[in-house]
Amino acid sequence: MKFLTTNFLKCSVKACDSSNDNFPLQYDGEKCTLQQNNDIEFNAEFLTNILDRVDWDAILTVAANLGNDSLPREKPVLGTSGDLSEDDLAVLRDLHTLLICTSIVEGQMQCKNCGHIYYIKNGIPNLLLPPHLA
Amino acid sequence: MATKYLVYMVQVHTNFRKAELESLAELYGIKSIDFTKHDEQSPFFLVELEGDQQARDWIKRSILTRGIYEYWGEGATLEELHENVQSQPFFEHYKDTYKNDSFKFEFESYKGTSKANRVKQIESFAYLDFRGKIDLKSAKQTYTLIEEYKPLSDNVPGTVPIHLYFGRLVQRSDRLAVEKYDLKKRPYKGTTSFEAELSLVSANIAQVKPGTIMYDPFAGTGSFLCAGGHYGALVVGSDIDGRMIRGKGAAQNINSNFRHYKENNRFLDVLTMDFTHNSLRSNLVIDTILCDPPYGIREAIKVLGAKDPQRFVGKENVEIDGQKAYLRRDYIPTKKPYSLDSLLDDLLQYASERLPIGGRLAFWMPTANDENIETIIPLHSNLELKYNCVQEFNKWSRRLLVYINRGPDFHGKTNHGSSRSRSNFRDRYFKNFN
Repeated sequence: MKFLTTNFLKCSVKACDSSNDNFPLQYDGEKCTLQQNNDIEFNAEFLTNILDRVDWDAILTVAANLGNDSLPREKPVLGTSGDLSEDDLAVLRDLHTLLICTSIVEGQMQCKNCGHIYYIKNGIPNLLLPPHLA
Repeated sequence: MATKYLVYMVQVHTNFRKAELESLAELYGIKSIDFTKHDEQSPFFLVELEGDQQARDWIKRSILTRGIYEYWGEGATLEELHENVQSQPFFEHYKDTYKNDSFKFEFESYKGTSKANRVKQIESFAYLDFRGKIDLKSAKQTYTLIEEYKPLSDNVPGTVPIHLYFGRLVQRSDRLAVEKYDLKKRPYKGTTSFEAELSLVSANIAQVKPGTIMYDPFAGTGSFLCAGGHYGALVVGSDIDGRMIRGKGAAQNINSNFRHYKENNRFLDVLTMDFTHNSLRSNLVIDTILCDPPYGIREAIKVLGAKDPQRFVGKENVEIDGQKAYLRRDYIPTKKPYSLDSLLDDLLQYASERLPIGGRLAFWMPTANDENIETIIPLHSNLELKYNCVQEFNKWSRRLLVYINRGPDFHGKTNHGSSRSRSNFRDRYFKNFN
């Protein structure tokens, strides 16, 4: 499961939708095994578009869960696409490495509202629920 | 000034063709095309466009066409064609424009095989007076003689053309993608994998755009994810059945297909998830939803929950080794059957909440081919039903339904699953529609 996916996943429990604590999920850094895949092509324009959809605060929170406190506090502001500076490209390359190339192969994540634990197995998150939560 | 172009199309899935061409035209803001001139019976479609750039944009990702040509003329015989070409008002201008470009000639035949001497035919165009080099490998301009034949019988192709077109090739279509994504050559696939051609056509009609997010809530082996990735979207899929998503290990799964196609930067993830208990955060804009929901034939329709809730009363308190059983890594939740109609209601509701205004939902729906049972298409008050394209099989058919999110002010017609459902498709399928 790519780091970017952590930015899209909330708790599956419907009752948690009324809470502000159902996103992002809390990642257990001790129990998460990370992997770096360097064969994924970097595409600046593509990443710029996707960056629009990213909730930066959630990126910071999850990165901290996983032991990375070095990210800038604010979402990087880039020049308009097609007109990216060298600095912009350097920022995008770093984000590519973090969001796209870094994945959680094994681990677990927990809803901060209801406490339900979801597992990531062989790189695939399992968001299914037991009947009493469904 | 408008320029005349000839679109040369394929005669398969002809009832999907106009939907594809209209959707691609809209995607690139091309408004000048008169679609009333499109004829499903004919592979030829004459249009007017602003110029080559529009023609390239429009056709470059089309699956159901072969190519688009700047129109130079036509005729019932080669002699008539030559006369017609030289009589066109734009003839001198075209001749002059491309005079010094390297060039080559190509031939296309529809429903026939030519017995003519192609070299002699090329020489008969000497009046074009091109001065550029002939270059078979990287010609700047390719001129094409397209011949239409009348077949001698159903399986004997014609030998004498009945109509000919001549034009300058502007853009070949994306038909090579049908080969590239051919299921026969796909590393990981399953019994529910969707054929390449119609999955690509579906992605075109759904207007999957580069750099946007496409979601398939019933991803299975990822056929529609492949199609969406081909058109440059970041694709994410989910399925309640983890087996298909997992595949056969890292070497043979959905991700390995994307690596095989050298498009793995478009693939986000597949999630083991019940679509009706959705975990994609609710403020995430999903640009396109494209899917083939489970029909209940090859795959059961299931959602989370207990079929017999009584049996599960108190089970949440079961502990194994001091830990709640349902919180363990190896816990497998129970699932209960669900109806296709309810699932489609959920899908429409979800699309109305998640798609941007103008965003498209496209999915396939199966129906029995009974004359006396009306097929009722699911409707939602925020969604405009834009296309309903049918693919016929022997005793059943499936249709691609395409909706556009128009928002709460649209006030469209609405219906609900319980009122649509007359008989269960699965039951009818297994009774052989008798």
